[in-house]
Amino acid sequence: MIVYGVALLSGCLVSGMLIGEALGVLLNVDANLGGVGIAMLFLVFASNSEMFKSLTDGAAGDGIKFWSAMYIPIVVAMAARQDVAAAVDGGILALLAGVAAVVVSFALVPVLSRIGKDSRVSQDDRQGAS
Amino acid sequence: MDLIQAVFVRNNLIVAFALIGVTIWISYYLAEKLTQGRIHGSAIAISLGLLAAYFGGVASGGSAGVADIAMLGGIGLMGGGMMRDFAIVATAFGVHLNELKKAGLAGVISIFAGVIVSFIVGAGISVMFGYTDPAEITTIGAGAVTYIVGPVTGEAVGASNEVITLSVAAGLVKSILVMIGTPLVARTIGLDNPQSAMVFGGLMGTTSGVAAGLAATDPKLVPYGAMTATFYTGVGCLLGPSILFFIVSAMF
Repeated sequence: MIVYGVALLSGCLVSGMLIGEALGVLLNVDANLGGVGIAMLFLVFASNSEMFKSLTDGAAGDGIKFWSAMYIPIVVAMAARQDVAAAVDGGILALLAGVAAVVVSFALVPVLSRIGKDSRVSQDDRQGAS
Repeated sequence: MDLIQAVFVRNNLIVAFALIGVTIWISYYLAEKLTQGRIHGSAIAISLGLLAAYFGGVASGGSAGVADIAMLGGIGLMGGGMMRDFAIVATAFGVHLNELKKAGLAGVISIFAGVIVSFIVGAGISVMFGYTDPAEITTIGAGAVTYIVGPVTGEAVGASNEVITLSVAAGLVKSILVMIGTPLVARTIGLDNPQSAMVFGGLMGTTSGVAAGLAATDPKLVPYGAMTATFYTGVGCLLGPSILFFIVSAMF
């Protein structure tokens, strides 16, 4: 049944959100602390475990795959509802702050990606670059 | 006209499905014919969405892009936080635990590094523009983290509405730039495997930006980047009004 997979997905999101919200209250933060990320972990555990096989195999799995495939269309709709006009109206300070934050963060991706890799890999990187 | 409007408004989510479907079809067609597939179809679709959002926002004066136009209200539901989070979680289906473990430490470090670096950059620029009040500097720095951290921090430290609006604008610029810029720089910054995607998500942090940026780069990387990105705003809201504000207060 397709709905079993959809229900599992929904269950993961709701429980993740509840934990994220509770963490926020616990730490006195006015935000959901990683609810979506926690929900994703739940789904990863469920799809890698034998116990939930009946909820992730066959047609039930298709119920999850459908929403995974709807991801890009949903992201396009999300882009269409962004407050682009406010970003454009923000003026030069907002523009500079946003752009600089992105440029610096982009530059740090290759630096931090090295953490946890063994030295052999970074040597390969250097050879590849030269 | 009234008849069309009534049907469109009553079935707004369905209208959104059809409209987004057509937009994506056009985008993939353009990607194939005009760029020979060098630019990803979804990158074009996302750019079209942003463009439409700009004109929708200007025309309606609202803050939700085209979704403020009554007939297109369904776009607001389809692209809203609930559906976005639902689809993001669904992308985690089939992800292997080992991939997550391999980049776990780098992912966690990148979240904190990302929040702090963006904050410093934003705060530094506000100082360059002559701001001297710690609450204002902190709020603009927090806006450079994400457009949610900005107002949360601003309200907590008692910044003016004007500065809070500015911080939201900075966060929006960041989010939009990540959407458009990611596919362009992906190769240069080595964004082509699950590990670097997790680091990328943690560093950039804007869930919308990362979600769209990775979708336009390589959909297979989405779950890894989204996983870390979704913790970022929470960490930002945690650090912004507390440690970061104290540090700024001590300096100014």
